[in-house]
Amino acid sequence: MFVAVYPPAPSSGLTAALLGAGFQPVPVDDVAQVGSREPEQGWVAAVVELGEDVGLGALVGRKIREEHDVGVLLVADRTVTADLGELEGFDDFVLTPIDVTELRVRLRRIGSTAVMDSAGEEVLRFGDLELNTSTYQASIGSRPIDLTYMEYELLRFFVEHPNRVWSREQILSKVWGYDYFGGSRTVDVHVRRLRAKLGESRASWITTVRSVGYRFG
Amino acid sequence: MDTSRSAPDRQRDYVLRTVEERGIRFVRLWFTDVQGFLKSFAITPAELEVALDEGLGFDGTSIDGFSRISEADMLARPDPATFQILPWRRGGDTARMFCDIVTPDGAPFAGDPRHVLRRNLERAAELGYSFYVGPELEYFYFADAGPEPKVLDRGGYFDLTPLDVAQEYRRDTILALEKLGIPVEFSHHEVSPSQHELDLRYTDALTMADNLVTTRLAVKEVAMEHGIYATFMPKPLERYDGSGLHLHLSLFQGDENAFHEGSDAYGLSKVARGFIAGLLHHAGEITAVTNQWVNSYKRLVGGFDAPIYETWARNDQTALVRVPTTKRGKIDSTRIEFRSPDPACNPYLAFSVILAAGLAGVENAYELPPEMGEDVLTMSTSERSAAGIRRLPENLADALRAMESSELVRAALGDHVFEWFLRNKHREWSDYQQHVSRFELEEYLPVL
Repeated sequence: MFVAVYPPAPSSGLTAALLGAGFQPVPVDDVAQVGSREPEQGWVAAVVELGEDVGLGALVGRKIREEHDVGVLLVADRTVTADLGELEGFDDFVLTPIDVTELRVRLRRIGSTAVMDSAGEEVLRFGDLELNTSTYQASIGSRPIDLTYMEYELLRFFVEHPNRVWSREQILSKVWGYDYFGGSRTVDVHVRRLRAKLGESRASWITTVRSVGYRFG
Repeated sequence: MDTSRSAPDRQRDYVLRTVEERGIRFVRLWFTDVQGFLKSFAITPAELEVALDEGLGFDGTSIDGFSRISEADMLARPDPATFQILPWRRGGDTARMFCDIVTPDGAPFAGDPRHVLRRNLERAAELGYSFYVGPELEYFYFADAGPEPKVLDRGGYFDLTPLDVAQEYRRDTILALEKLGIPVEFSHHEVSPSQHELDLRYTDALTMADNLVTTRLAVKEVAMEHGIYATFMPKPLERYDGSGLHLHLSLFQGDENAFHEGSDAYGLSKVARGFIAGLLHHAGEITAVTNQWVNSYKRLVGGFDAPIYETWARNDQTALVRVPTTKRGKIDSTRIEFRSPDPACNPYLAFSVILAAGLAGVENAYELPPEMGEDVLTMSTSERSAAGIRRLPENLADALRAMESSELVRAALGDHVFEWFLRNKHREWSDYQQHVSRFELEEYLPVL
């Protein structure tokens, strides 16, 4: 999982945290290199470390996001948090010193959020799974998978909210709504079906958290 | 989630977009009549928007049990949550949706079985319960739909084929069901020749009623593709076991299995005991609905592993209600098995009366009679009546009589369905009464 890192010589703490979180940092000299150095699998995100000139870093981040359709995570010092409120054009941020778990969770969230495909339709991606939120179609690789409406909505909820544990009741109220009398066991039924439709190698994306609920990612 | 648009809007959108993206050319709108026969009409994608927004009009007088002439106009309103591409039509260009039936002023139609079940489930929800059903569906494969059943795998018809020749048909059926989002837990050849069983993974009762109607069609479609015939007739072969629809039932309160109680010797809660007691108490009244054909009662006789007496037991294949042993720690799988229904019932109505009977036991805290094993079969009639053990109705006429005086069944089905059902079934019984059977000709003609 590759992330573009600007500036090309980031602080050692950031590089270590990225490696520790399981990402491969690729330094980029400028906005254009985000395009030219993009690996085959694509970027999970771009990480921009704000230096003394907060405005410059923020500008680079915004341009990466606009020109290359890559999510941007800012790394900021505690002294500049006030400035963050003024900035636009980034998806999320972490503060130094960096917590490795936090970094992993935030980057994965960015990696799985919406991108626009060539037809201008919003597509959610996770691994080789694609959910087109305009057409409600799901596909793995280029193969469409047949999902019912509720299966689609549940999968979309998971992709949009990865890496955290949801109880059956929470999932039920967020995906089905409160007026549904099917009960929370319905979530189990749908998770089982989703796992079957995702196929064996991807079924583990949805993990059962014993006596709590489910986690995706 | 996209909160800017309501869930119904999004569901509607999902159906319209999927039809477009997947090149669907026909959408079948499904509902059942009062006896559970699947009714369907096909529309083209061009008509779909109107169908989703307003419902599609049809003449209710053409449907058994729907309406009198004066109120003929009905609307079928598709439930977009049930949209599903059908796996067995060539090219996959056909999808289906179940419909709710409404009157022209938009009110739910009292004769719609799906509405009847919804109403009963809403009542359970008011008490805090969700009702789950996991069925074991039995059926036969025969060589054709002719009047003499020709079995495929023992003696006669397919003499030279391996014993379980139907394995392939069953496998194709399971694949079709998986594609329809109906997971099969288990399937096997049953004890009778040519008889098969599909155990479906439990779901909430409404989904399961939809699933059963879909499964019956899928089984028949796949059989037809193979040039054979599948039947859910309760007792097609005189000397062999008939086909049952054993129902594994449970109530949940939120995440909690309301049937489980760890400190109880049987692992059963007060709710479970009340529910079983309710089923036993009202068994006679609801049997006309769970076993609705003249032929249904040919299955409910001694010697064929079908229940006859209104008893419960932990592990006895002859009890009406069986409490399966659950694995240690598997609290959620605590359930009871109701064994009298047959697969030719209308599942919407059957689930409705079963739930009503069980809930009556829970609400009124009926006392559960003692467990009764196979001993019941060896008891004399007077011993049984001394022990307060009743027999299930012996035939459709008995069952109708028990139903007629049942306030519980009337309330569960609603006046419209209750009265139509009784009228229709009394006619069926009277037609049957006039029939002179082969049995009579063979037994009586030579000697009388």
